[in-house]
Amino acid sequence: MPRYLGAKLLQLVLTLAGVAALIFLLLRVLPGDVVEAKYLAEGGNVSEEVLAAERTRLGLDRPTHEQFAEWMGGLVRLELGRSMWTGRPVAEEISSRLAVTMEVAVMATVIAIVIAVPLGIASALAHGSWLDQAIRVLTVAWLSVPAFWLGMLVLLGLLLVFEWGPPIEHISLFEDPLGNLTQLIWPALVVGARMSAMIARMLRSSLLEVLNEDYIRTARSKGVRESTIVARHALGNALLPAVTVVGMEFAFLLGGLVVTEQVFNLNGIGKLLIQAVGQNDFTLIQGLVMLFAVFFVSVNFATDLLYAALDPRVRLR
Amino acid sequence: MVAFCEAMMARVADEPSRAGRHTPDGRHAPFGERCYNGPLLSVQGLHVAFKTARGHTEALTDVSFEVDRNEVVAVVGESGSGKSVTALSIMGLLPDAGHVTGGRINFEGRDLLTLDAKAMREIRGRDIAMIFQDPMTSLNPILTVGYQIAESLRIHKGMSADQARQRAAELLTLVGVPEAESRLDQYPHQFSGGMRQRVMIAIGLACDPKLIIADEPTTALDVTIQAQILELMKDLSVRLGIAMVIITHNLGVVARYADRVVVMYAGRVAEQGSAEAVFFRPRHLYTAGLLCSVPRLDSERRARLEAIEGLPPDLSKAQEGCRFAPRCPQAVAACLREVPALRPTDTGGLSACLRADELADGRVRWVGNAYGAAQPGQNEPAAPARKVLVRVDGLTRHYAVQSSWGGPNRTVKAVSDVSFTIDVGETLGLVGESGCGKSTVGRLLLRLEEPTAGRIEFEGRDVTHAGHGELRALRRRFQVVFQDPYASLNPRKSIGDIIAEPLRVHRITSGAAATRERVDELLAQVSLRPDLHDRFPHQISGGQRQRVGIARALAMEPSFIVCDEAVSALDVSIQGQIVNLLADLQEKHSIAYLFIAHDLAVVRHISTRVMVMYLGRVMEVASRESLYREPLHPYTRLLLEAAPTPDPVKEKQREAALIRGELPSPFAPPSGCPFRTRCPVADAECSLTVPELREVRPGHRVACLKI
Repeated sequence: MPRYLGAKLLQLVLTLAGVAALIFLLLRVLPGDVVEAKYLAEGGNVSEEVLAAERTRLGLDRPTHEQFAEWMGGLVRLELGRSMWTGRPVAEEISSRLAVTMEVAVMATVIAIVIAVPLGIASALAHGSWLDQAIRVLTVAWLSVPAFWLGMLVLLGLLLVFEWGPPIEHISLFEDPLGNLTQLIWPALVVGARMSAMIARMLRSSLLEVLNEDYIRTARSKGVRESTIVARHALGNALLPAVTVVGMEFAFLLGGLVVTEQVFNLNGIGKLLIQAVGQNDFTLIQGLVMLFAVFFVSVNFATDLLYAALDPRVRLR
Repeated sequence: MVAFCEAMMARVADEPSRAGRHTPDGRHAPFGERCYNGPLLSVQGLHVAFKTARGHTEALTDVSFEVDRNEVVAVVGESGSGKSVTALSIMGLLPDAGHVTGGRINFEGRDLLTLDAKAMREIRGRDIAMIFQDPMTSLNPILTVGYQIAESLRIHKGMSADQARQRAAELLTLVGVPEAESRLDQYPHQFSGGMRQRVMIAIGLACDPKLIIADEPTTALDVTIQAQILELMKDLSVRLGIAMVIITHNLGVVARYADRVVVMYAGRVAEQGSAEAVFFRPRHLYTAGLLCSVPRLDSERRARLEAIEGLPPDLSKAQEGCRFAPRCPQAVAACLREVPALRPTDTGGLSACLRADELADGRVRWVGNAYGAAQPGQNEPAAPARKVLVRVDGLTRHYAVQSSWGGPNRTVKAVSDVSFTIDVGETLGLVGESGCGKSTVGRLLLRLEEPTAGRIEFEGRDVTHAGHGELRALRRRFQVVFQDPYASLNPRKSIGDIIAEPLRVHRITSGAAATRERVDELLAQVSLRPDLHDRFPHQISGGQRQRVGIARALAMEPSFIVCDEAVSALDVSIQGQIVNLLADLQEKHSIAYLFIAHDLAVVRHISTRVMVMYLGRVMEVASRESLYREPLHPYTRLLLEAAPTPDPVKEKQREAALIRGELPSPFAPPSGCPFRTRCPVADAECSLTVPELREVRPGHRVACLKI
């Protein structure tokens, strides 16, 4: 186990270093920089000297390899640098927005699991019945509805029925828990519904497969009750593929709430990323991409550990 | 009365010791008989139908048989004969698509078919237990073995977790799992195949059932492990007074363990009777044919197996007359018209053959396919002038298994220092248990894998270091036929395309017409109709698929074919057909075979010389006669003794000679002689040196210090 962890951590670090190098290079290859975005946008008329001075101030005039060394060196010291647009530390820019996104992602995942597990089980057990058909139609519908459209419908509905619109300001969880919850539950529901559809379908098919396994027949031949068969013998095995989906989806949500945040006017990191890209804010984009990479990699790692806990055949050596 | 009886049963069941239920000689005490005096299980006129894409398939038609207390009944049949469906019907575990359409299943006088789900659950596991075929898939991978055994105890006996755990440990000890207590918390993947089957048996025995149904309980196991498991089951059933229904296709197993035999064919009972009667005086032509089509270790080898030609009927179509009639060489007009009823025979059994009486007085007997049957000299090793085709010298294959990052790599010695030759037109049989390296040898010869050391010569040319082009040319000369005819044919290609592929790749035929002609010729050579050309692998039967595999190998006109378990997955009657086909082709094209198999009888039938492997090393090589008549290596001897032969009298008198223990881990093979840990004659000397393969008699080489 310790050896497994060591090997795995080394792998994580290498993956992250690769991502860091790649995103740095991609940004330098693309035309334009933050100075252009700031001073030349909308027909601004600024002299070349000012631009050059600005580039010198931000270090953009230095050779690429020097900038690269600085970026990688900063990463080793866990420093992401300062935003090229606002001049504030990238870590600060991100952390003020991270809480919102994190909260929505966690809520959405919880909602998804709570909806999906009973739906998936019911669908598999009632296999072929009207209930199964209904659940399957419903989940396909959820999957095919774009999140932003569903989001707008929900918002419209809330406005028309309850005359409630999303507040402009973010309400902190610690200052006003109820207000925070009413603000975030709707985007979480919209995202969670989609995710639940995916998990429910996954769980249905894996449960159906497991229920056809020989060991389920063995359990039946022992006279085990059908409910116990599902709960003790089948579900543990059927959850394994679903765990992977939940992990992947959760990691995706942390960086992929871009559209939902836009619709519900939430100041999360998705919105921050759009803003940073629009402003050619290299350091901020790099910082955000690194954050997403760390999320993805560590959620995958957690999924591996969870797998090992659920399946005794998987040994972490 | 019934209530009283149940109360008595419940009381008996609660007693920790079984003494109350069994008299010292292992018979049931008269409790049960006081309630009900008939047979323990009686299946009457059972009909089962399956809903399939092609409509209704009648899986069982009018199946009737009985099982008495303490009796071992074998249900024999080929795949599709309905033997497993019968078992599942009794347990009430038919898959969703199947349903009982008629008949009764009486267990202790109660019709199981009329019971509701709850009552049936109480019977399952408590009164009737089932042991399934594949111990690898029949245990839940995420639950501990202890939990899986204890579960039925907690359900049916209301034991507490601790009581159940203690009893589970006792049961594991009973079925011969060492250090039972500590193994309760392990998971199935930590057990070997044989040990898992012991766990399955422990689960079956948990609640002292009255009947155990074992569906092919040893088919997935090696010969030596099979013998251990069957002895265990037999011993336990006698000691604990449990009736058993063994479902199998292995006639040797039937002969050794069954009191009575029920032979099934195409969803009907063909014949039933005592084991002696069915084996020595079969009263159904199918039974007679089946007995003739298996190669046997206990009688003189015949030049040809008298295989049953043709295929079993398609049960989704309406059946008329005797279902075996289309394949029966003695069928008369009446056989095709009327459905024969099960009638008593002179041997005290029942037979559904119109010609049973004629079989009885010898007017009719089974005649296999006529040609070739009367030439005993065929397939015998030809006189001196021999030419070596394949020469293998010191062949070795080690796999490095990476344990983890930076950790020490372990080595599996799959094949160590194997040397042999194969002459033109001869068959070298290669036998051994799973994991002995026999398939690896086959793959190395074909250069599908690179040897770690050693040299392979083919027709005097070095294959070991052949370059790409040279290897391509050589591959035209040696071919392979695999075990699983389904997995080794591309499901998306038609039969014609599959056979034509090597012709196209090697540009042997030019033009579509020529290729087509050659493919049809090859189909004819393996006795397949040309209209199979446009079918796909899933549309034909297993035997036909194996013929396609052979036709594909023949396309290159090879001089050498590696047959890797080529007939192992096939039914007995089909196996006979394929073995005969291989022999015919050998005679016609003088092809040499390396015939890799675990079935000693089949190997004896087809091989001119036989090589026995154990843990990657050759133990013994000899001519067929020499090896089977006078096996020298202790392993070969035990292997031959472990294989049951289809002769109930001999089998029941024979003392079981079991190879102790299990195959050692290939990561840590024993020092010195690899077999010494299981060998009855090994001593300290054997652990010191690896015995050399030396010639003890002319042409008979053995690797054993004790010979």
